[in-house]
Amino acid sequence: MQVTMTVNGATVSQDVEPRTLLVQFLRENLNLTGTHVGCDTSSCGACTIVVNGESVKSCTLLAVQCDGAEITTIEGLASNGTLHPIQEGFREKHGLQCGFCTPGMIMSSWQLLQRNPKPSEQEIRHALEGNFCRCTGYDNIVKAVQWAAEQSA
Amino acid sequence: MGKYIGQAIKRVEDQRFITGAGQYTDDLVLPRMTHAYILRSPFAHAKINGVNTEAAQAAPGVVAVFTGEDVKDVNGVPCGWQVNFSSTGETMREPKHPLLVHDKARHVGDSVAVVIAETREQARDAAELIEVDYQELAPVVESPDALKAGAPKVHDDLPDNMVYDWELGDKAATDAGIAGSQHVVSMKIRNQRLVPNPIEPRSYIGQYDASRDNYTLYTSSQNPHVIRLLMCAFVLGIPEHKVRVVAKDVGGGFGSKIYHYTEEALVTWASKQIGRPIKWTSERSEAFVTDAHGRDHYTTAEMGFDGEGKITALRVHTDANLGAYLSTFSTAVPTYLYGTLLQGQYTTPAIHVSVNAVFTNTTPVDAYRGAGRPEATYMLERLMDTAAAQLGMDPAELRIKNFIPPFDGVNQPGYQTQVALQYDSGNYEAAMRKALQLIGYDQLRREQEEARRQGRYIGIGFSSYIEACGIAPSAVVGSLGARAGLFESANVRVQPTGMVSVYTGSHSHGQGHDTTFAQVVAEHLGIPMENVEIIHGDTEQVPFGMGTYGSRSLAVGGSAIVGALEKVKEKGAKVAAHLLEASEQDLEFADGSWTVRGTDKSISFGEVALASYVPHNFPAGMEPGIEFNSFYDPANFTYPFGTYIAVVEVDPETGKTTVKRFVAVDDVGNIVNPMIVEGQIHGGLAQGIGQALLEGAVYDESGQLTTGTFLDYAMPRADDLPSFQVDGNVTPCPHNPLGAKGAGEAGCIGSTPAIVNAVVDALRPLGVNDLSMPLTPQNVWAAIQSA
Repeated sequence: MQVTMTVNGATVSQDVEPRTLLVQFLRENLNLTGTHVGCDTSSCGACTIVVNGESVKSCTLLAVQCDGAEITTIEGLASNGTLHPIQEGFREKHGLQCGFCTPGMIMSSWQLLQRNPKPSEQEIRHALEGNFCRCTGYDNIVKAVQWAAEQSA
Repeated sequence: MGKYIGQAIKRVEDQRFITGAGQYTDDLVLPRMTHAYILRSPFAHAKINGVNTEAAQAAPGVVAVFTGEDVKDVNGVPCGWQVNFSSTGETMREPKHPLLVHDKARHVGDSVAVVIAETREQARDAAELIEVDYQELAPVVESPDALKAGAPKVHDDLPDNMVYDWELGDKAATDAGIAGSQHVVSMKIRNQRLVPNPIEPRSYIGQYDASRDNYTLYTSSQNPHVIRLLMCAFVLGIPEHKVRVVAKDVGGGFGSKIYHYTEEALVTWASKQIGRPIKWTSERSEAFVTDAHGRDHYTTAEMGFDGEGKITALRVHTDANLGAYLSTFSTAVPTYLYGTLLQGQYTTPAIHVSVNAVFTNTTPVDAYRGAGRPEATYMLERLMDTAAAQLGMDPAELRIKNFIPPFDGVNQPGYQTQVALQYDSGNYEAAMRKALQLIGYDQLRREQEEARRQGRYIGIGFSSYIEACGIAPSAVVGSLGARAGLFESANVRVQPTGMVSVYTGSHSHGQGHDTTFAQVVAEHLGIPMENVEIIHGDTEQVPFGMGTYGSRSLAVGGSAIVGALEKVKEKGAKVAAHLLEASEQDLEFADGSWTVRGTDKSISFGEVALASYVPHNFPAGMEPGIEFNSFYDPANFTYPFGTYIAVVEVDPETGKTTVKRFVAVDDVGNIVNPMIVEGQIHGGLAQGIGQALLEGAVYDESGQLTTGTFLDYAMPRADDLPSFQVDGNVTPCPHNPLGAKGAGEAGCIGSTPAIVNAVVDALRPLGVNDLSMPLTPQNVWAAIQSA
């Protein structure tokens, strides 16, 4: 089936098997490998991206469901070479170690700050509940999001 | 503190990870690459009467199908440590761990066949067409059952399920010590099985190049050189120089990516059979049943005390479940990484430990963050808190009474334990005092009393841990049965422009070596950090490497780098002396320049580098270039330690535990980057707290893993954990050039007992004196009800 969508500002159109997951389409068809796969139960959040302004786990959608959609992945978050404050925050506060969960974590944080520009620690922890990190213990991820929130203030 | 060493410098590797440009194995695509899907046993124990692959072979896109019959003559993956029976001296039982089984499946997830196809989906579809004639056999799942008479045998050609029996310490003195004690604390302690779950699933690509008759294996591994050694020399019989192993970015390991897995050898072997590259990436459900698990001990322990509260003796027996096959490090975990740590921080004068390691029809068990040391610490620290309650003493006071007095390993000798090791340096009471102060202990006990009066259950739990890191002196581990040395190598290549490339045998999968190692180099050479590049994870570039685990990277790998830097400086001084027309003895090296003492005649590191590659006027006998290797074999383990205090509140109506505060005081020796050390501690705490409260691999009687997905296995999430209060002292390691001890596992070793002790402390007024992990609301509620 033919699907057409806008990914990180560029229009892409490809023929895919109907069963192709959106995350597979991004990784395998478009070579956007910044979006990761960490599980097969939509639990870990490593594949989180933004579809039409909402953060979603891209393993829960079929590529064909996203025909006409506007998609942002981690590769498209920085603009003109300038990192997004959330990306900066993760570096500034050591919010990542192995880096595998990081893209999904950043995209979920992006959604949180869109909805709640000044979240409390508990609100951040609650919002990131769907993203697993095995390295950081989350403490510095919370601080990274707080840092980003302060920058945008 | 130096200009670089000791500074919280932001990580240089972060740029690629925060922009999605990391290169994990599954991100790689090679020309003509195929995809493998492995058909796995759905049964814990089943005879395989036949495998029909006809339909699969004919399925769309299928390139090849291999079964156990095809690899019958290929060796299995080896175990890296030989532990002999203490009772008989007999060699441990080490049955073959085949790449694909042909006779019977020994655990759920055992590999039965591999389908290789043009796409992953085609391979998976075709695997469904394979017909396996299984004949189910009764399984054995838990270690105490494995040694019972008539227990099903995991390996038919062995007399029983025993891997080895092992003991350490003075049994007679211990028995006498226990017998003569005024008070003996006895506990049955279960350290439950855990699933490591790094978020990146394992992924491998095998590639055979017929034109050169060589192989490349891309692997999500913590130690590429060891994989090459094991796979070449023990499994496939390929000369090492014909195999390149590459582990680029690796998404966490925690031990589970140390081992040489069957799938690595399988894709490498099969790539030659089909003449095309093959990628295999584990699915998460597959990872749950094939990544080596951790822990799984059943222990009985008795600790004796005199009338003053001094420990008199410790007697321990542990049944350790190693699963269906011996994973690479598995046999060392319940022995040399466990029994040898039973001294803890205490002056216990007599210790004896016996261990039965057994096979069961479960996923192999191996080192998981801490590896043996969490099990030792959990047992000791549960005993200490229980003893304090039974003796009517404060748990902090009881520990302080029994601590080994401070020793720095320089002015005072190391501390000889009753269980073989000699601690390098320690100051245990200082860590405890700092933790007490940070938590505000006296005030906290008053608040606890007040809360109890209001019907709220607050608990305070302690844990004073010690670990053996910086693994390990080759001579020592060799005498213990390690089939390799545990040194590390480094190559420092000074480029003509004065830039420095460092090739390290350590492997970074989250530890931040690109940053910390560059800090070490910049400090030693007096050059900017930006001029330093750290290269790791490629056997074609790095001379050799034993990899990263056991908190060894800085203490061992970093020390190897320092060794090579010393040689660089030595050569640089010779070149500088020549260029400055001075004697080497008159030179001093500071801030990246050699200066003739007492003059302003000076030459920079960069100028020396350039001259070394443009040696137009070098004297006879002076070689051009500056590049040096160093191998570093540590003189001893390192022994980080600390005290943790957890404060929890338990809701007796629901059994739910909330961690209110967590204070961690660690002494990991000298610190290169405090930001990164704190991050390592945080991550360890989360995993240790995860074990205490949430995680547990549960098998049912038929050997099915009932916690085989993230929906059933509770991983710690952001809102399960508190913000941590981390602090520390510094007692340098006296025997390595950086004075560093290692920080990777501390948090995971120390935190688990602190949490459990806190929950038990909270519930003592309700009659709860012991609990089994994980302390889920259901378990805690049930314990309150039955108290």
